[in-house]
Amino acid sequence: MKPFFILAALAAAVGCGPASAQKSAADGIAEYRKMLEDGNPAELFEAKGEALWKQKRGPKNASLEACDLGKGPGVVKGAFVELPRYFADTNRVQDLESRLVSCMATLQGFSADEIAKVPFGRGEQNNVTALATYVAAASRGQRFNLPQSHVQERHMYEIGKRVFYFRGGPYDFSCASCHGDDGKRIRLQDLPNLTKNPGDGVGFAAWPAYRVSNGQMWGMQLRLNDCYRQQRFPYPGFGSEATVAVSVFMGVNAKGAESIAPSIKR
Amino acid sequence: MADPMRIRAQAAGDKATVRVLMSHEMETGQRKDSAGKPVPAWFIQEVSASHNGKAVLSAQWGPAVSKNPFLQFTVKGAKAGDKIAVSWVDNKGDKRTDEAIVS
Repeated sequence: MKPFFILAALAAAVGCGPASAQKSAADGIAEYRKMLEDGNPAELFEAKGEALWKQKRGPKNASLEACDLGKGPGVVKGAFVELPRYFADTNRVQDLESRLVSCMATLQGFSADEIAKVPFGRGEQNNVTALATYVAAASRGQRFNLPQSHVQERHMYEIGKRVFYFRGGPYDFSCASCHGDDGKRIRLQDLPNLTKNPGDGVGFAAWPAYRVSNGQMWGMQLRLNDCYRQQRFPYPGFGSEATVAVSVFMGVNAKGAESIAPSIKR
Repeated sequence: MADPMRIRAQAAGDKATVRVLMSHEMETGQRKDSAGKPVPAWFIQEVSASHNGKAVLSAQWGPAVSKNPFLQFTVKGAKAGDKIAVSWVDNKGDKRTDEAIVS
């Protein structure tokens, strides 16, 4: 009787195989994200960031409400989809996180170098991530449109392109090894093609994001830092020119993509 | 003090759906830090909810609940303008209560 049972079970398994395989892994992950969307803990960081934005802090006991994110002092809405951009006061192109740190230095009296040295997920870096989440959330649903009118912005795009295609490290990897073609993936994760607009809410338009697997909120700086870790490159400095340049490259390429940040990731 | 919760309550028909997002580490006590020492357990133990002051939910939670937990429940008879309050107490005795108005 026993062998018959095994045969029957096998037949059943084979029979239902093709039906369940019709749903791809990507569909499964999309479904999982949909289920989690309703209770995206990024909202907790958004609320924390909003409180931090208005709170008087630092040696100068000031709030960040006068911070200029590119659309004038204190304008938060719409700023995220135009970053990184050139800032005349610091005379360089800055992304959201490095700009926030500049504001924390000039308005609140924090030391920008000290904050840049803090490891991700600790102390003041947690506050920078929460602030970035708040600023990004204010532009949810808007479309990316990075300015390229200033010469430094065009310059950074070209540098970013070179950084993106630069191969190195023990595995001879570049960003383009994984993000230069359509339809690539790591394990079950679909990888966006970042050499063009990868679509709404994908790639540059999805971060900052809450990562369910480790319960952490990640900004673009940490996202890039971890990409370099996976490539076995040396870690780039926080807010370094290389990371800002790659962000400009991705952001300009994503022109027209709708921002869903802060999103939720596996 | 603990960070605030996010509570949304929406009425549909004769009941309201309440969705709560809590900010908590929810350490199980099973993990070790980089120095090899156990990370002490720290999780929400009791959760309760009330509708216009009347208790409608009471739950005992443990370390199996995720970090930054999400809770959803339905309250029968709740209508727009009613007050929903949710509170939790963790194993360190820290507590938090937040309120929302049903919309």
